Amino acid sequence: MNYSEWNGFNEGNWKNEIDVRNFIQTNYTPYEGNEAFLAGPTERTKKLMKKLNHLFLLEQEFGGVLDIDTQTVSSLTNYQPGYLDKEQEIIVGLQTDRPLKRGVNPFGGLNMTKNACEAYGYKISNKIETEFQYRTTHNDGVFRVYTDEIKAARKSGIITGLPDAYGRGRIIGDYRRVALYGIDLLINEKKKDKQELGRRDMDVDNIRRLEELYQQINFLNKLKEMANMYGIDISNPAATAKEAVQWLYFGYLGSIKEQNGAAMSLGRVSTFLDIYFERDLKDNIITEEQAQEIVDDFVMKLRMARHLRTPAYNELFAGDPMWITEAVGGTGEDGRTLVTKNSYRILHTLYNLGPSAEPNLTVLWSDKLPQSFMRYIAKVSCDTDAIQYENDDLMRSSFGDDYAIACCVSAMRVGKDMQFFGARSNLPKLLLMSLNGGRDEMSGDQTAPEQRPYEGEYLEYEKVLEGMAFYREWLARTYVNAMNIIHYMHDKYAYEKTQMALHDTDVHRFMAFGIAGLSVLADSLSAIKYGKVKVIRNNTGLITGFEITGEYPAYGNDDDRVDSIAQEQVQLFFEALKRNKTYRDAEHTLSILTITSNVVYGKKTGATPDGRGAGVPFAPGANPMHGREKNGALASLNSVSKISYDYCKDGVSNTFSIVPQALGNREEERYANLVSILRGYFAMKGQHLNVNVLNRATLMEAYEHPEKHPNLTIRVSGYAVNFHKLSKLQQREVMARTFHEVM
Amino acid sequence: MNGRIHSFQSMGAVDGPGLRYVVFMQGCNLRCVYCHNPDTWNLLRGKEYSADEVVKKILNCRSYFGKEGGVTVSGGEPLLQWEFTASLFERLKQEGIHTALDTSGTGNLQGAKEVLRFTDLVLCDLKFSTKEEYCRYCKADMIEVLNFMKLTEQMDIPLWVRHVIVPGLNNSTEAIKSIAATAGLFTNLKRLELLPFKKLCVSKYEALGIPFPCSDYDECSSSEIDDFLSVLGSD
Repeated sequence: MNYSEWNGFNEGNWKNEIDVRNFIQTNYTPYEGNEAFLAGPTERTKKLMKKLNHLFLLEQEFGGVLDIDTQTVSSLTNYQPGYLDKEQEIIVGLQTDRPLKRGVNPFGGLNMTKNACEAYGYKISNKIETEFQYRTTHNDGVFRVYTDEIKAARKSGIITGLPDAYGRGRIIGDYRRVALYGIDLLINEKKKDKQELGRRDMDVDNIRRLEELYQQINFLNKLKEMANMYGIDISNPAATAKEAVQWLYFGYLGSIKEQNGAAMSLGRVSTFLDIYFERDLKDNIITEEQAQEIVDDFVMKLRMARHLRTPAYNELFAGDPMWITEAVGGTGEDGRTLVTKNSYRILHTLYNLGPSAEPNLTVLWSDKLPQSFMRYIAKVSCDTDAIQYENDDLMRSSFGDDYAIACCVSAMRVGKDMQFFGARSNLPKLLLMSLNGGRDEMSGDQTAPEQRPYEGEYLEYEKVLEGMAFYREWLARTYVNAMNIIHYMHDKYAYEKTQMALHDTDVHRFMAFGIAGLSVLADSLSAIKYGKVKVIRNNTGLITGFEITGEYPAYGNDDDRVDSIAQEQVQLFFEALKRNKTYRDAEHTLSILTITSNVVYGKKTGATPDGRGAGVPFAPGANPMHGREKNGALASLNSVSKISYDYCKDGVSNTFSIVPQALGNREEERYANLVSILRGYFAMKGQHLNVNVLNRATLMEAYEHPEKHPNLTIRVSGYAVNFHKLSKLQQREVMARTFHEVM
Repeated sequence: MNGRIHSFQSMGAVDGPGLRYVVFMQGCNLRCVYCHNPDTWNLLRGKEYSADEVVKKILNCRSYFGKEGGVTVSGGEPLLQWEFTASLFERLKQEGIHTALDTSGTGNLQGAKEVLRFTDLVLCDLKFSTKEEYCRYCKADMIEVLNFMKLTEQMDIPLWVRHVIVPGLNNSTEAIKSIAATAGLFTNLKRLELLPFKKLCVSKYEALGIPFPCSDYDECSSSEIDDFLSVLGSD
C-alpha cells in the first residue's frame, strides 16, 4: 500500500495492514513544553462562535429543542448538506440540513421517537409512521421476547436504564481510519475479510457476520457519498491536517446520523491528528494560529451534535448529553508521553470558545505526564470545571496505549473492542427485596420469586446476607437475560453499520453491566453490622422503614470496616453476573456509574437501613453519600479507590467538588494541590475523577438566577453538563452533594 | 500514648505547604475572641486515639503529600498535649513525613522543646500588637509566645507567622506593621500570612450555646488583605 498523501510519514506496519496505533507510534512527536505556544481565537472563529451561541440561546428558549425534521428518517445521505456559515466554515458537515435541527431516528424504537416529537410540540409524519408499520424496530424485537419476569424487574426499577427503546451507543468507531486510509482502502479490506469468512462453514455465527460485513461495506460507500454531497472526495487518504480533521469528522458525522446511541464517543484523536499538524507546520503549509483555528472549528461542530430524546430519558441522563468523549494524553507502552501540542490545542478550545460540556474532554492521567501538562490541566479544571480524569497507568495494563473512553469511564481499544452496554441494577433495592421475600418495598408487588420474608424485629448481618445471596443470583440471571435479548435484537434491527465498519472485523465484545447505590448498600449493611437496626412493617407485613440506633462506620471515611463491605458486595455481584452466559460470548464487565440517574433510582427505592428516607436520591456513581464524609476529601477518595478495578473494568466513577479556597490561597498553589490530589488518587488505583472547583454559593445563585451564569458547566457523573439543562430536582441534588471546604 | 483529638481533616491545603493531613487536637488554654473552633476548647471532649492509630490513618494518605505536603497538627492547642504530639511527630519523622505544628506558642516550654525536636515547620501567630490586648482578647500572656518563637529560632526551625485580621479589632495599619516588624525579628521567619476573619463558625457557637464575642464584627474581605499586603510590601 502506498499513497502520495503519506509522503513525509515514517514507515511502519501501518502501511501493511490497518494499524492506526502503529502509525501513531512511528510518527508522533511528544511535547513536554508548556502552553505558551497556543494561539487565541481568530476573528473568524469569534464571529462563528457568536452565531452559534445565539443559536444555543434560542434552543434553550424553545424548551431545549430548536427544530425537528419530522419528514425524514436520519441516515447518512438523507439530508441536503447543512452549514453554520458556508463561506466561513473550515470543517463542514451537519447531522441535518440546518444547525441544531434534530432528525428522527426510529430504528431503536418508534414510540420513543413519537413521544420525543410530541414532547416538543411536533408530530412525526404519517409517511414515517406508515413506513415503520412494515419495519421491526429494535424496541419491537425486544418486547416480543421479554419475559414477564424481566418486565416486572424493569417496572420495579431494580434494573433501570436498559437500552431497549433507543440506540445502545457506547461504540467508538475508529474514525482516524477514514483519515489515514481513505474509504476505498477500508472497503477493500472489508471485502477481503468477507471472502475469508465465505470460505468457512455457514453456521449461525458466520452467516450473521457475513451479513454484517455486507452492511458495513454498504455504509462505507454511503459515507463516501455523504462526503461527496459536501463536495469532498474521501476515497483516498487525507493529505493535510485540515483534510485529516475533515475526513475523521465525516466518519463521526456518518455515525451520529445513522445511530442515536446513548453515548457516542469520539475516541482518541488529538495525538493522531497532531502528526498531520506537525507535518503541515514543518512544511509551512499552516501557522499555529491556523492549526488552532481548525481545531476550534472542529470542536464547534462537535458542540452542535444533537439527538432527539424524550423527557423521560432526560430524567435519567440529564442535560441533553451526547458523550462525545475524547481521551487526551496518557503514556505509551514504551514510556514516552502521548501528550502532543494537539493535546493542548483541544483543551484550549475551552478558552477560545468558552467552557462547554461537549466534547467530553477526558484526560488520561499518568504519573509520567509532563509536569507542565499536569499544571496546565489543573489550571483548566480550576478555570472551567469541564474536564475529567482517568487513570491511564491502571487502564494501560488491560487495554494498552491506544484505548479510548466510551461514554464516561469505559475503556476500549479503539477499533478492536466494542461493548454491549446496559443499564444498572439497583443494589439497595436488592437488599430490600430480599428482606421482603421478593416483594417490591414501594408497590408491594411480588417482583422476584417468593421466599420467606425476613423474620424478627432486628436485622442480623449474617441472616441478611443469606437472603441477599438468593436474590442476587436471581437478579444477575434476570439482568443478563434482559441484556442478551436487547443486544441480539439491536444487532438484528439496529446494527451500527458505520461504526462497526471502522472496527476490525474480528472484534472483541464486552457486555457492560452496572451498579447503582453502592454507598447506600454499604452503609446499610454497615448499620446492620455495627449499629442496631429495627424493622418497621406496614399492615401487609411489608418492611418499609427502619429505626437505627448507635453509630456505624460510613463509607467515605477511609474506614476498612465498611469499605470492605463495599468491596465485597461489588465482587459478589460481579461473580454472580459471570455465572450467566452472555450473547456472542461477550466478556462480562461492570461499572459503578449512574450519570444523573441516581436521582431516579433513589425515587424508586424505599427507605434503607442506613437511615436514608424513601425516595431520597442515591449518591452518584461510587461516591459516598453526601454529608457522611467526616474526615475530609482524601479519606473520601481513599474509600472509593478501594473498589477494585479487577471487578469493575467498565469503570468506577467518582465526582469530586471542592471550593477554591479549600484548594489553596493562591492560584499556583491550587494548581499544585490539585495535581497532588490527582497524583495521589491515581497512585491509590482510583480509576476516575470528575473535578469541580466551585462554590456551592455559585450554584445556589445559578439556581435562583440562571441569567447570571448562563454557561455554568459542571461535572456530574462521568460527564459535564450545562447546569441549566438539569431539572430543578437534579440541580438541588447537585447542590446537596459534599463540597470539601476549609474547616 | 493516647491523645484527645477533636477531628481529622484528611485534606488541608491552607495549613502549611502542599496537601496536608490535619489533626485537630482537643483542648485549648486560650479563649481568643475570634476563635473559629470553639468546639475544640474543652479538653474533656473529643475522642481518644493512640499515636499508632493516627499514624495509620495518615500513612493511608501519604501518596497525596507529594514533595511539599505532610501533616499539620492543629487544634485546639497541640502543645497542651505535648507528649502525644511529640510522640506522633517522632513516628512521622521515622516515616519521612513532613511535620508542621500549628500553635499559639503558649504553655510548657520544655514540652514544646520536645515537640520541636521532630517538627519541620512551625505555624504560629501573634494575634495582637500589645501584651495588654493579647491578655484582654486571648486570656493569655504574650511573653510566652515570644519565648516560644525564640526557641524555634534557636532550634532553627522554619517559622510561618499567620495573622487573622478582624476588621475593627486588630486591623489598624500600625498594628499590622508592628506585628510584621515583631515577626521580622526572628531570623527563621519564612513567611508572613495574613488571613481574613470569617464568621463560618457562628453555627458552632450556637450549637454549643456559647455567645460569639465577635458576632458584631464584619468579615474581612480578600481585597482588604491585598491592601495590607501591599502596605507591608512597600516598606
